[in-house]
Amino acid sequence: MNREDFPMLDGNLIYFDNGATTLKPNQVIDSMTDYYSKYCANAHRGDYSNSLKVDNMYEGVREKIKKFINAKEKSEIVFTSGATDGLNRVVFGYFKKHLKAGDEVLLTVSEHASNILPWFVLAKEIGIKIKYIPLDCHHEVVLENVEKMLSDKTKVISLAYVNNVVGDIRPIRDIVELAHQRGILVVGDGAQSISHIKTDVTQDDIDFFVASAHKFYGPTGIGFLYGKFDLLDDMDPVSYGGGMNAIYMSDGYMELREVPTRFEAGTQNIAGVIGMGEAIDYLDKIGIKNIIKHEHELKEYLVSKLKKIDNIILYNEDTAGSIVAFNVKDIFSQDVAIYLDKYNICVRSGNHCAKILNKAFNVENTCRISLCFYNTYEEIDKFIEIISNIGNIWNEIL
Amino acid sequence: MDKELKRSIILDNYQNPYHRERHDDEEGYIKINSRNVSCIDNIDLYVKMKDDKIESISFDGEACVISISSTSIMSSLLEGKTIDEAIEIIKNYDNMIEEKDYDKDILEEALVYDDVARQPSRKKCATLTWHGLYKKLLELNEEK
Repeated sequence: MNREDFPMLDGNLIYFDNGATTLKPNQVIDSMTDYYSKYCANAHRGDYSNSLKVDNMYEGVREKIKKFINAKEKSEIVFTSGATDGLNRVVFGYFKKHLKAGDEVLLTVSEHASNILPWFVLAKEIGIKIKYIPLDCHHEVVLENVEKMLSDKTKVISLAYVNNVVGDIRPIRDIVELAHQRGILVVGDGAQSISHIKTDVTQDDIDFFVASAHKFYGPTGIGFLYGKFDLLDDMDPVSYGGGMNAIYMSDGYMELREVPTRFEAGTQNIAGVIGMGEAIDYLDKIGIKNIIKHEHELKEYLVSKLKKIDNIILYNEDTAGSIVAFNVKDIFSQDVAIYLDKYNICVRSGNHCAKILNKAFNVENTCRISLCFYNTYEEIDKFIEIISNIGNIWNEIL
Repeated sequence: MDKELKRSIILDNYQNPYHRERHDDEEGYIKINSRNVSCIDNIDLYVKMKDDKIESISFDGEACVISISSTSIMSSLLEGKTIDEAIEIIKNYDNMIEEKDYDKDILEEALVYDDVARQPSRKKCATLTWHGLYKKLLELNEEK
């Protein structure tokens, strides 16, 4: 679908690493070039027309995101540098202030490093305890395992909507319902989910939600944090400086601006925000329902073909997401990726920033194919042909 | 060296590596872990010294064809060498990988990696355990 919008797909590249970053459509690229070449100015300085235009564009993107994820207020959207930044702000801006020694946070071993390491640091700093929700036999999160782990000390559950290695879609709405019955807050990492499933923060009743634009066809270095207004209002900024303060005095007195402006210190990544807004429009135009349908069919097709090849080990064939983790028997995953690269096929090898998942998988490293809507059946056929001939690998890569 | 010969030496060292065995917690073995954070190679070297000489090197771990084979070649090449000799060989090997001047006569089978620089992402794989050992040998020299 819509391949003509992506200049990276002009040649014979087969791009199967969409979980790492997605390619960018012309619409996104052009919107950023337009900002730099036609109306470049700072935001929130609206004394002249270009600056006013930038201001309107910048705040307009907040409105677009609000609609896209169905938030109640646009003030609940904070621009960040990406999902990692968002999670760090939530952990150190909100939970550092509200948790105390002995409080428990529930994670899983399959979370991305960005949803584990900030909690490790907080555990060291204030003595919270980290507990891991056990994964089921398919390496997935199921509600009953979440329930088993709850105690009166549990204060937060922090999980990806869709995991970046296994690709399972977590039952977030049920988890939130269970958590809220006990006054537990839930943080949702949407990095892998936002372009693959419909996000509805109001229906989900999620407390915090983060995402990165570069994983939904937008630019790198920009993303957003959603938080319920009262929670954001009770969160401390992690950066202080221009644009976020109302007044300050020489004696140290300061008043900060309103939510969300108080979280956006310094000149922001304006081109990034504009590109992210264009990416939202682009996703809306294609329609998330069409994306889900196409990606699901592609994954089923890929898995059915891979299963017919003898020496392929599949790790997550039953999960609903668009990620396929596999290995070729007796060949190291990185060597497989280098072999595929000879044919211009991009896949990721390694532990995919989930370095403690290997215990669950019982394997240190995998190859990962992460599909998206511009991938095609023809690309999968080509990949299957190449991977079927992997007996040739040493002639190709040595 | 002809490409076909290089390939067969690399593959032979990958599929039947020299001294691929663990010596965890065994007396007399120095364990050196080398991991490549940007990719995924993770190899433990076990080095046994006798006076000033490397008596044996063995290794185990999970890594790509270049890391495993180059570790195997390094192990057989450096056994029996003094610390200074081994340091000299590793320096020359590193120069070869970095496309600088080097002494061809002391690298033996390790010459199979003389064109690794054509694939820059593989340079780290070819030097992973060599650099780990080099650092340890310098430390041992300082302790002398």
